[in-house]
Amino acid sequence: MSEIKKFRLTCIVCPLGCTVEVTMEGDRITGVEGFTCPRGKDYAIQEIREPKRIVMSVVKVRGGRFPTVAVKSDRPVPKELIPAIMKKLAEVEVEAPVSVGQVIVENVLGTGANIVATREA
Amino acid sequence: MRSEYDVIVIGGGPAGLAAAIKAKELGLNVLLIENREFLGGIPLQCVHPGFGIHYFKEDLTGTEFIHRIIERFRALDVEYYTNAHVLEVVPYSYRHKILRIVTEEGLFEVAARTVVYAAGARERHMFEIGITGHRVAGIYTAGEAQTMMDIYGVMPGKEIVIVGSGDVGLIMARRFTLEGAKVKAVIELMPYPGGLTRNVVQCLEDFGIPLYLSHAVTRVEGKKRVERVIVTKVDEKLRPIPGTEESIECDTVVLAAGLVPYLKVIEKAGVEIDPATRGPVVNSYLETSVPGIFVAGNALVINDLVDYVVEQGEEAAMGAYEFVKNGGLPALKWRKLVKGRNIRLAVPHYLADTKDVTIYARVGEPEENVRLRFPEIGKEIRLPFVRPSEMIRVKLKKEEIARAKDRITMEVVRDE
Ligand SMILES: Cc1cc2nc3c(=O)[nH]c(=O)nc-3n(C[C@H](O)[C@H](O)[C@H](O)COP(=O)(O)OP(=O)(O)OC[C@H]3O[C@@H](n4cnc5c(N)ncnc54)[C@H](O)[C@@H]3O)c2cc1C
Ligand code: SF4
Repeated sequence: MSEIKKFRLTCIVCPLGCTVEVTMEGDRITGVEGFTCPRGKDYAIQEIREPKRIVMSVVKVRGGRFPTVAVKSDRPVPKELIPAIMKKLAEVEVEAPVSVGQVIVENVLGTGANIVATREA
Repeated sequence: MRSEYDVIVIGGGPAGLAAAIKAKELGLNVLLIENREFLGGIPLQCVHPGFGIHYFKEDLTGTEFIHRIIERFRALDVEYYTNAHVLEVVPYSYRHKILRIVTEEGLFEVAARTVVYAAGARERHMFEIGITGHRVAGIYTAGEAQTMMDIYGVMPGKEIVIVGSGDVGLIMARRFTLEGAKVKAVIELMPYPGGLTRNVVQCLEDFGIPLYLSHAVTRVEGKKRVERVIVTKVDEKLRPIPGTEESIECDTVVLAAGLVPYLKVIEKAGVEIDPATRGPVVNSYLETSVPGIFVAGNALVINDLVDYVVEQGEEAAMGAYEFVKNGGLPALKWRKLVKGRNIRLAVPHYLADTKDVTIYARVGEPEENVRLRFPEIGKEIRLPFVRPSEMIRVKLKKEEIARAKDRITMEVVRDE
């Protein structure tokens, strides 16, 4: 039999912040408890397998009203790739005009997520 | 500019924009005045998600949220000026206010039948939270640092200490870290974090940023620029404990130590102020004690959710509409909202049974499994928990308000 481990997580999906406990036997998840709604269960499983987050930042703009435009990933990306994505975004420079929702970087670092603008420039 | 408007809205943040949109939709002629060079207020510099979950039923970034509001505002062709500052509101008569406005073209005096004041909040500065030491470069409020970094693209520093662990401080810690700065510590006076647990997790724990609870920054030291801060442990009464000083090297201090409604512009007009909210005393139309001056958003009460701010903006516009239509609000029987057990603040302060009213309140102490009770009208709501950092929003129906004679108490009681 493999070792039983318990992990306590705080669900970050909504402001309630439930404490969710995940039980693992080896690398198998055998129990999830403490969530108030199904999103909390999904979150906890995802967080144990491969934690993901939305990335947000600003990138440089030429010829806009402000020197930056705000951006985010249009879906969560693996947490461990975030520093690499931030590095990539620091090199990006776009040309004004930029509209909200415009794709700035397609399929960033092969994650399947696009970096999109969240502010006009 | 005309010489007179039905309503002049002061402030182009979410509260002001929402008020202007609503007033225009109701058929009033509207002018909006914004201080900065752009519309949008604080959300325009918030690149993180967490906005609009109630209002748009979507989790948007601050920038996306305000973009949607600004699109609506533009579509209605509301008259507005940016780079324009309202200096003063003079209550000239019951039905007229005179506004003194400075724009790039000079000083103007414009009349309005009503004013919606939505100038937001100001940030508490270091002298207000008892930090002594050198007045050197490298000390910013969270809002200043955010504007520099996320609008103008300039990093405020490399090694940062953040004062205050409310959601603003936590979110800024994550932003600085993502942008390559080192956040050395977040310092919190209270024994528990000020912000939501989810923000402690995703903004500090994700990046291994230390959180010092029950600690105060007591001194800032440096020659030209910040070189270090001195942090000291505090006792239960929040007094620094001598001998517990510790020094943290850093080049930047960011103050996220709370907001206070910014009232400078209407104070002189004589609006009465509630010492608990530090904003104006209002009735259920969000009218202040000066007839015809309405208030919404962070200028009324510090909100944690922009959704409520927008709602207050719309409410204030509806109040202004009633005022313009009837030449003033009718004389009504007002019930005073009285703060009972564990209610630290609550607005509006006076309620009438002419319409349903939304109450925004905060508790003093965190509690679990409680009931929110309004004894005079026999209303009770179960709540799994209440926390000082999360505003309580509750609706009272006009029939419920009608049941009370002259006061409505709001209190938190424990389940037996
Ligand atoms: C770091 C941070 C993170 C936040 N995160 C979230 C979040 O995740 N979710 C959420 O829902 N909310 C969040 N908020 C809260 C939200 O931003 C505020 O509740 C909201 O912006 C308040 O709106 P307002 O219109 O009252 O004030 P503001 O947005 O401050 O707008 C007031 C406007 O009035 C203008 N003004 C001031 N004085 C004058 C004058 N005399 N003449 C003309 N114009 C004037 C100002 O320039 C400003 O544009 C956050 C806030 C901060 C600081
Ligand atoms: S489990 Fe559901 S209710 Fe609890 S924090 Fe997560 S999303 Fe919110």
